Amino acid sequence: MTAAPSTARSTATAAPPAPTGRPRRSVGGVAATTVLLLGALYCLVPVAWVVVASTKSRGELFTTFTFLPGSGLLDNLGDLFAYGGGQFGGWALNSLLYAGVGSVLSTLVSALAGYALAKYEFTGRNLVFFLVLAGVLIPGITLAVPQYLIMSDLGLAGSRWSVLLPSIISPFGIYLARVFAASVPDDTVEAARLDGASEGRIFISIALPMLVPGLVTLFMLQFVGIWNNFLLPFIMLADQGKYPLTVGLYTLLSRGSGEPGLYSLAIIGAALSVIPLAALMLVLQRYWRLDVLSGGLKG
Amino acid sequence: MASTTAPPAHPARAGTPSEDGGSPVRRPRQRHRLAAWSMLAPALLLFVAFLLVPIGYALWLSLRGLRLEGGGPFGRRVETFVGLENYATAIADAEFLAGFGRLLVYGALAVPFTLGLALVFALLLDARAARATRFSRTAIFLPYAVPGVVASLLWGFLYLPGTSPFSWLSDQLGGGAIPFLLDPWIFASVANIAVWGGVGFNMIIIYTSLRGIPEEIYEAARIDGAGEWQIAWRIKVPLVAPALVLTGLFSLIGTLQVYGEPTTLRPMTSAISQTWVPLMTIYRDAFTRDDLPLAAAESVLLAGLTVVLSVVLLRLNQRRIFGGS
Repeated sequence: MTAAPSTARSTATAAPPAPTGRPRRSVGGVAATTVLLLGALYCLVPVAWVVVASTKSRGELFTTFTFLPGSGLLDNLGDLFAYGGGQFGGWALNSLLYAGVGSVLSTLVSALAGYALAKYEFTGRNLVFFLVLAGVLIPGITLAVPQYLIMSDLGLAGSRWSVLLPSIISPFGIYLARVFAASVPDDTVEAARLDGASEGRIFISIALPMLVPGLVTLFMLQFVGIWNNFLLPFIMLADQGKYPLTVGLYTLLSRGSGEPGLYSLAIIGAALSVIPLAALMLVLQRYWRLDVLSGGLKG
Repeated sequence: MASTTAPPAHPARAGTPSEDGGSPVRRPRQRHRLAAWSMLAPALLLFVAFLLVPIGYALWLSLRGLRLEGGGPFGRRVETFVGLENYATAIADAEFLAGFGRLLVYGALAVPFTLGLALVFALLLDARAARATRFSRTAIFLPYAVPGVVASLLWGFLYLPGTSPFSWLSDQLGGGAIPFLLDPWIFASVANIAVWGGVGFNMIIIYTSLRGIPEEIYEAARIDGAGEWQIAWRIKVPLVAPALVLTGLFSLIGTLQVYGEPTTLRPMTSAISQTWVPLMTIYRDAFTRDDLPLAAAESVLLAGLTVVLSVVLLRLNQRRIFGGS
């Protein structure tokens, strides 16, 4: 792997570097800043809209100017949490369960496999690695239908397991973990062996702490991936009580065309579902180590 | 490769660095093989259960079909081996093929705009003269945290004539509502959702790889009289080519499996049919028509096409990434 060389400037995740000799305001500088701010505006408008629209009552949604706050926020909140006997809260908890448990397990499984592929030599290693690479290129989502059939045969279709289990395996995660694990020094591992540490102990006490920054990135990629997944739970689940937010909000919206009152619920539901993940992303932004993604490709 | 016949390490050598420094040290093979396979076991188990077996099952199922046996009032439908019949049916299905055509139009809009904007934003963030970079970077990255379904819901209302601020503005200016949800605007509208959701993530990948370029290279170029534009296009863009290929690969795979966005917009528009993109056809054939063998054949075709295109993309760029000198 080619990690950023030591002479490299700080990564995006760290604080922006102090500009050397603050250049005076130039035409180019103003233009660059303007384009960036336009990009920011483009990305913020829909989020701003949903926050404003969530305050509108049913009557106001289609009648008042679209960016004018309304008077129905509390009613909408009440309606949302009352809908279907509190289904929205259940969907949120389900999303948290699938994404939280799924991404933690996925990160652990990937870390173990990546470490094994990077640090041991054994017959079959190349074959396993080839399989992982092939797996990266096969879009998991096109396997959703066959996965559903397997789950049906196992009697698991419709259960929470049917969403959770396929989310744990991530060939790309294993591939990335292998890139991270390659940076664990062989000498350190060997020294621990000479001291009599078992292989499992070496992984937990020596390798894992070194891998943490990379694994946090992996965890977040998986968390967002599972949280945002739609087709897998949409295919696997029939019971509304087990839906994650994405599928739940979709059902609200698809019924809204016949029952316009549900539009308001879909909107405030969307607003509420965006806030926690956006907050999490902003808080964890400093831990993103996405440079490893492109670094890994070179290695 | 290296000789691995040594017995468990000699205590006497403890603390001394390995003679060949770096290359694999002599290892007690038996113990390590066990450790390696135990660590791989959970991943392999899941890999087999949820990737290999479904692929194998899909391949097998795609060769099966229902045939009428007997005939007359006593005829019954029996599952049997039908060869490549399902593939022939899938390829002959004009709607399934039209779905790929629509995917092409959608992808031709979504991929270049996502990558182009991501590259422009990344270069601007890296430009010395730009201000408000921290705010912009965070704001542009924010949509990554919004699920595609929710993004489609948000944009859907921004497209819907009754709630769209853009249509309102256009109406005020005398242009009437903008038909975002009608053909052919619908392609741009769905593509826009993908661009919105993807530009920030790709921007960060490109930007982080820009930050990895040593400052000295720019200094040298500046001394040689290169302007910031020349540095950006002649030095930065070629150096982040691997990141561009990676983001291109992600975008390509993402394009081929688009499903949630058009499905979410469907209740709002008649321009999106039940078979608008291939995955929607697969879903319909599997669950509405109960024709699982046909859906399996279509899944195999879609996955196969994705792999072929990915390999072609990586091959075409192999020299640029791995070669160089």
